[in-house]
Amino acid sequence: MNTGIQALLGGILIGLAATLLLWSIGRIAGISGIVNGIMGAPRGDRAWRAAFLAGMMIVGALAMQFVPSPPRIQTGATPLLLAAGFLVGFGTRVGSGCTSGHGVCGLGRLSWRSAAAVVTFMAAGMATVYVMRHLPGSAS
Amino acid sequence: MKAGLLAAFGSGALFGAGLAISSMTDRFVVLGFLDVAGAFDPTLVFVMLGAVTVTAIGFRLVLRMRAPALGGGFRLPTKDAVDMRLLAGAAIFGVGWGLAGFCPGPVLVDGAAGLPDAWVFVPAMLAGSFCAGRIAAA
Repeated sequence: MNTGIQALLGGILIGLAATLLLWSIGRIAGISGIVNGIMGAPRGDRAWRAAFLAGMMIVGALAMQFVPSPPRIQTGATPLLLAAGFLVGFGTRVGSGCTSGHGVCGLGRLSWRSAAAVVTFMAAGMATVYVMRHLPGSAS
Repeated sequence: MKAGLLAAFGSGALFGAGLAISSMTDRFVVLGFLDVAGAFDPTLVFVMLGAVTVTAIGFRLVLRMRAPALGGGFRLPTKDAVDMRLLAGAAIFGVGWGLAGFCPGPVLVDGAAGLPDAWVFVPAMLAGSFCAGRIAAA
């Protein structure tokens, strides 16, 4: 299957998932927020988060086995991955959202706040890749 | 309550399938989108286009309802100000995203699929979130 079509189809599924969650239980499908709430949220507010993440991880991992272009397995440098992970966890908590919360849901709600966040993290991501890949002496 | 959990599981399932089908679980595809000066990969643009088109229409229809189908009320973000905290957080997230190509959803799916990079990244991500929570609480 053409990767453009595949990407569009996957995106539509993600949009439907977010719409289903809002329609059924009135929640926003922002992954960083859902993860953060697993530990911090009041008791009655935890089970749906676990159910969502279980569905995402089980079905996502299964679907990966059938996708025509499976992820390239390439082991990255551990210190880099640790630093990246820490920044992603820290930043999404401080900035109240990630690609799904601000991107898929926030832009769908036509929120300026989310649009500002999306522009900022995309610009920061692009600048980082530029430094890592294209500056003289960069690793790759 | 049971129906709500089932709906959450189903929503997560669709979300995870979407991430896998669209190759967002491949961090090198994501890095390709961020590599505007190099081998640019537009896949993420198509994913966002598909997803945001659906939420822009779907959310509008859903929010006309008085309450969610299974009850409980809508819980939407209440802040609408663009402040330093938001921009600083987004910038920090963006740097981490650009270093590895992982964001929270895809990396959890990759972890479930047994990809070693995700197993290194996820604990650090949880630690980062924990620290930010501590600082906010202090």
